Amino acid sequence: MGLRTPLFDTHVAAGARTVDFGGWDMPVNYGSQIEEHHAVRRDAGMFDVSHMCVVDLRGDRVCDYLRRLLANDVAKLTQPGKALYSCMLRDHGGVIDDLIVYYMNDHWYRMVVNAGTRDKDIEWLRQVAAGYGVAVEPRTELAMIAVQGPNARAKAASVMHPDIAQRALEIGPFFGIDAGSLFVARTGYTGEDGFEIMLPAEHAVALWQGLRIAGVAPCGLGARDTLRLEAGMNLYGNDMDETTSPLESGLNWTIAWDPQDRDFIGRGALAAQKASGDTRKLVGLLVEDRAVLRSHQKVIVAAVGEGEVTSGTFSPTLQRSIGFARVPAKTGDRCEVEIRGKLVAARVVRPPFVRHGKVAIAL
Amino acid sequence: MSNIPADLRFQKSHEWARLEADGTITIGISDHAQQALGDLVFVEAPEPGRHVNAGEGCAVVESVKAASDVYSPVSGEVVAGNADLGGQPELINTDPYGAGWIMRVRPTDKAQFASMLDAKAYAAALAAETH
Repeated sequence: MGLRTPLFDTHVAAGARTVDFGGWDMPVNYGSQIEEHHAVRRDAGMFDVSHMCVVDLRGDRVCDYLRRLLANDVAKLTQPGKALYSCMLRDHGGVIDDLIVYYMNDHWYRMVVNAGTRDKDIEWLRQVAAGYGVAVEPRTELAMIAVQGPNARAKAASVMHPDIAQRALEIGPFFGIDAGSLFVARTGYTGEDGFEIMLPAEHAVALWQGLRIAGVAPCGLGARDTLRLEAGMNLYGNDMDETTSPLESGLNWTIAWDPQDRDFIGRGALAAQKASGDTRKLVGLLVEDRAVLRSHQKVIVAAVGEGEVTSGTFSPTLQRSIGFARVPAKTGDRCEVEIRGKLVAARVVRPPFVRHGKVAIAL
Repeated sequence: MSNIPADLRFQKSHEWARLEADGTITIGISDHAQQALGDLVFVEAPEPGRHVNAGEGCAVVESVKAASDVYSPVSGEVVAGNADLGGQPELINTDPYGAGWIMRVRPTDKAQFASMLDAKAYAAALAAETH
């Protein structure tokens, strides 16, 4: 038996099929994964993401600490509540984890890290914190529910206390607010608008059931995966890990090279890799045939070399198979993928595939 | 819980088979199998006229999660593949024992059908698999 979130019994009672995910027993679907996917693209769906770990970082030098720790630069965050996506790297440039960090005030940042990497993340956070007098506080008593979709914010606000609802509806994209019993952020992992709501574990079931009554569809990790892939978002462990750098993972945009004297961990290795110009790259793939991309399938780029699919699925929005692949830097706009013993043609495209319910690539 | 009709025969690899009045055998995948696979997105059924051997992978069902071979429980000639699955693979999810049938085979050896698991034995095999 794996770890269970405060909502586990609620999922089982709702008919969820569960799977192991990073040591947690999590719902993969409640019936049809494709219907759950469409609920998020067209209306509102919710995900139990309580397995993810909230970590509060406090101290007078917490900003300096994060500017050393993260490849992206928290100095960009000047308004309270603003969030930043970043990788946390080893010295050699490999990705320890990808995360979101919220600037709450000059002495407090809130971070959300992945479930499967929680223990090593906290160990690393503490190791680096020692030199900065920063307290690393995992908030394992918090549950988290992501409510996503074009109608997600309105439906979620309808079950909140009116004072909090008012504030929640005023949150700008990629901001979060600490509203006492709830922390509400306008963030997500689906390519749709919505909230991620953190709250004490003992209140999670009541919020989940309230959202359900408000017409928000429970969605499992299956739909979460197809939604994030369509949205062009990486999954740690599939699309990047400690053996790959952000440069090889489509995450160049998350590396803050300026100011040049900011010495973040992994900077030297990334600079060397960038200077060599010989890095692999992560690209989007679209398959026109009736075949589905899956992780670890071999990619063949004529006259260039080989690569590998890192994530693949059937896109319910596009009705085609899509995926990400790590390929040689010189890869152009076509390749072939070995799928069940056959070579299948694929187009190289620039993710996202779908954004805010609309197809974002040429089909 | 999965549905296991008493009048069908099964394989441990989760195919079901029904002996039709004309002597052909209709084959599909069980309710348990469709639940485990999740939403079906592509189905590759065999062409009529193809000879298949018992235990041979002769159709492919692909879901959001994985691709899976469908093994014929009997040797014989394929007399029909379910063409409706080309446009509506979800028929396997919604009606695995009816509209979601995959192929029909004229068996060369009816004893192969008779030796398949009955519903009770398949239920026991499922119970053993999940514990």
